[in-house]
Amino acid sequence: MTVAVVGASETTELGRIPHLSQTQLHADGAFNALADAGLTVKDIDGIATAGASPVDLTHYLGLEPRWIDGTSVGGCSFLIHVRHAVAALEAGYCETVLITHGESGRSGVGRGGGGGGAASFASQFELPYGPMGPTTLFGIGVLRYMKQYGMTHEQLASVAVAQREWAGMNPRAMYRDPITVDDVLESRVIAYPFHLLECCLVTDGGGALILTNAERAKDFPQPPVYILGSGESVESPMISQMADLTSSRNFRIAGRDAMEAAGIKHADVDHLMVYDAFAHLPIYGLEDLGFVERGEAGPFIEEGNTRPGGRLPLNTNGGGLSYTHTGMYGMFALQESVRQVRGQAPAQVDGVNVSVCLGVGGMFAAGACIVFGKELP
Amino acid sequence: MSKEGLRPRYAPTPTPDTEHFWEGTRNHKLLLQRCKDSGTVYFPPRAFCPENGSTNIEVFEASGKAKLISYTINNRQHPSFESPYAIAIVQLEEGPMMMSNIVDCEQTPEALVLDMPLEVTFEKVSDEITVPLFRPAGESS
Repeated sequence: MTVAVVGASETTELGRIPHLSQTQLHADGAFNALADAGLTVKDIDGIATAGASPVDLTHYLGLEPRWIDGTSVGGCSFLIHVRHAVAALEAGYCETVLITHGESGRSGVGRGGGGGGAASFASQFELPYGPMGPTTLFGIGVLRYMKQYGMTHEQLASVAVAQREWAGMNPRAMYRDPITVDDVLESRVIAYPFHLLECCLVTDGGGALILTNAERAKDFPQPPVYILGSGESVESPMISQMADLTSSRNFRIAGRDAMEAAGIKHADVDHLMVYDAFAHLPIYGLEDLGFVERGEAGPFIEEGNTRPGGRLPLNTNGGGLSYTHTGMYGMFALQESVRQVRGQAPAQVDGVNVSVCLGVGGMFAAGACIVFGKELP
Repeated sequence: MSKEGLRPRYAPTPTPDTEHFWEGTRNHKLLLQRCKDSGTVYFPPRAFCPENGSTNIEVFEASGKAKLISYTINNRQHPSFESPYAIAIVQLEEGPMMMSNIVDCEQTPEALVLDMPLEVTFEKVSDEITVPLFRPAGESS
């Protein structure tokens, strides 16, 4: 496949533009390039940018991307985006990529507008109301979820209980002693409706992965773990602006793309990891991936389907709630998927051929999904 | 919600695309934008409709009526708030969601009932910034 540039434009003005913020400069260039290509924002399904976050641009422009690149390594970042976009387009990850630049280098208007600067949307429209990081914001949609679907506090607590069972089988888990639903509900309220045991740990640690071509994979000492499919998306830098507080658009897009690419059905999945910064993440993940219908994940976990011996082993390292959570836990979810497919996990599930790993970024700002397999299709 | 001994709440830095909103709240008006092509009402402010990219948009004053969509109640100490306090998401009558605080109301799960009707009120933070807050509808401040 050959990839071509079909739209290109600079901002309408150059030089001194004190009446536009940095984000507005990104948008101005983007709209001019779209006009040049005869496209609208709805045609774009891949976004790459540097200086600003692709999350900010996605929400600001009203995109719904299936491929993102926020590689930000200086002025040549946009050249790198082009290269990455060629790979993504050739792989079929997306069909139409937008690469934007905007910088209020002289006027400094809204500079640092991405990633939480004083002029960012999050700073203007969330920070004044007293949020104190993820404990106060990540779960802000859960009361709405509970009202909509009738999920109980006990069902939310059962997420932590099931994962502690897995952690009990894992010598590297930080917390291993069994807990009950009552223990969870009697633990300190951190930010209602979340109790201490429904919030992730804060730990130190790290991890790494090495990938190579499938043809070479059998030449290494460890059994290969193949990547069968993947998906990604971003939605909004503000949780208050999620399209639906009871479901993650990112989870739905990333999960759909990953499972379609892998050519698998839900019944093919032997093992599941869902990034659990807080106890509601596995609830959202199970539903957004389509393992259960909307509103059914609470009862599904409470009934024991995800605990040891259950039919869908979930977060088998103990998860962010009991195993470890450094801050960017996604690496640990990947590591557990790899261990389970290799057959080397401390709490090994029998016969794992396919493992699905779903990750979150920010507070439902980003999402990504990887399907791992023991065999190539 | 700001009391003696507490720092004023965070005062945002407006940008050219949001200036009209903050000028509105200074004058105790809650301003939204509407796309004249698609009819989409949206927030936060932008110079184009996030639904279709159209710049054929207008600014209008919202009714100030809203309902309580969801919240958390923070128990930790915050320099500008007396704990516990709720961080809420409200839905304006016109459709858009926004984060805010619920004032003139106990900050408890019993008092903060989802879907309760709310109305906008305003709190001056600085000469430039006044933030929109919400209180139970029909009650005096």
